[in-house]
Amino acid sequence: MVAGGVLPALVLALDAVTGALGANPVQRATLQTGLLALALLLLSLACTPLRLLTGWTWPARVRKALGLLAFGYAALHFLIYLLDHGFSPGLLLEDVLERPFVTAGFAALVLLVPLVLTSTRDSVRRMGFPAWQRLHRLVYLAAGLGALHYWWGVKKDHTAPLVAALILAVLLGLRLLPRRRRRP
Amino acid sequence: MTPPSPERDEPGAPDPVRPRREFLKNAALFTGTALALGGGLELLTRRPGASEAAGEPLVQARRPTGPYDTTEAVTPWAQATSYNNYYEFGLGKDDPARLAGSLKTRPWTVLIDGEVRKPVRVDIDTLQSWFPLEDRVYRMRCVEGWSMVMPWLGFPLAALLRRVEPTGQAKYVRFTALDDPAQMPGQRSPILDWPYVEGLRLDEALHPLTLMAVGLDGRVLPNQNGAPLRLVVPWKYGFKSIKAVVRVTLTREQPQTTWALAAPDEYGFYANVNPAVPHPRWSQATERRIGELRRRPTLPFNGYAEQVAHLYQGMDLRRFF
Repeated sequence: MVAGGVLPALVLALDAVTGALGANPVQRATLQTGLLALALLLLSLACTPLRLLTGWTWPARVRKALGLLAFGYAALHFLIYLLDHGFSPGLLLEDVLERPFVTAGFAALVLLVPLVLTSTRDSVRRMGFPAWQRLHRLVYLAAGLGALHYWWGVKKDHTAPLVAALILAVLLGLRLLPRRRRRP
Repeated sequence: MTPPSPERDEPGAPDPVRPRREFLKNAALFTGTALALGGGLELLTRRPGASEAAGEPLVQARRPTGPYDTTEAVTPWAQATSYNNYYEFGLGKDDPARLAGSLKTRPWTVLIDGEVRKPVRVDIDTLQSWFPLEDRVYRMRCVEGWSMVMPWLGFPLAALLRRVEPTGQAKYVRFTALDDPAQMPGQRSPILDWPYVEGLRLDEALHPLTLMAVGLDGRVLPNQNGAPLRLVVPWKYGFKSIKAVVRVTLTREQPQTTWALAAPDEYGFYANVNPAVPHPRWSQATERRIGELRRRPTLPFNGYAEQVAHLYQGMDLRRFF
């Protein structure tokens, strides 16, 4: 799973070296890593509904890998942005404070950090499952901010961000269904 | 080979064959999933490479350095003709190079009307024969934060305007691009309010820097770069420089322009390149010259402040952005 998830990054690196990223390679790399991060985050959010709907167990097993991969691409996306802006903390701060588009993306990344740090089995045991689960519900917020960031980043034709937002809405909506059914 | 363990036949002991089979099954599943995921994600972000234009010679490429030329390195032809914003042919940067072949640039007539004493409807070849064509190496800055250096070939808009004799009522110039979804596939979706319309104040239009381009680097202007006739206003963001112009109208009122209508908080009528006024979603302080990895500072009026800053004296350029 992780091997497959890293594949696009390798192809991206290969494209960058061979010049296949086009006239504006930095911009393309930024867009692609951002898109990959959001796609992987949505895939990780699809695991639980898929398990509940089908009874399969494998989605639960790949969920963590997908989440970590999503963070990996989000971090890469942020790193490229930072490099592109000359690693300037002042400029980053200005961007985060003054431009909602950047604020949303940055907040999504920051929200994922505690989830990555507590992604080990050990953390679940140490925190206790209810507290761990409560913390990890932050992923809903992160995904929402990610989708918003995508929406704001597009100049015209919001089809793709709309598709992402709809998928997210369906995935979050599905979570409400089984709980209601479980009640007597 | 290890000998079978003594526990093998004991009741309740795990069957060693099953874990192995399970492992192989899992490994196959794992590899399959990994490749499917990788492939799927890869397809999601991959785009086909762009094609550049061939370019017929228009006049001998002379490129003398005039008072308006920059001596900065010219953007390679392949990139200047394959990385374009031209929503009439799609939203992707490589869409115009792929799709603009369907545009027929001959015959082509241009209507010049409005507040002029001598309105005229003229064929493009006649129009460009009226004026000696000039090479102009200009910086071009896109509102998205990238830039190029373009060796345009064309004639000053002022020469054309003087020929049609604006009346005393003329205050602005409105430009209209071709509206034909049959030739311009991007117009089949209502991304923008077609046709594309742009405008200048009359003094901006009469400025010697303002060019009507018909060629690039001594060759006929490629379709994706705005053939057969486009506006070039080098101190303004690229979207002001309307492509495939079919009509030039002198007006009394400030024209309603396409991007200013589509997103008034992001794109103003003036659109002067200004590092001090950020776009709502990004800073305009820096830009990336196509072909370079590092950003460079953006210059006020795109480096043409000395020539044009006087046009805006006393204006608040944060308000009139």
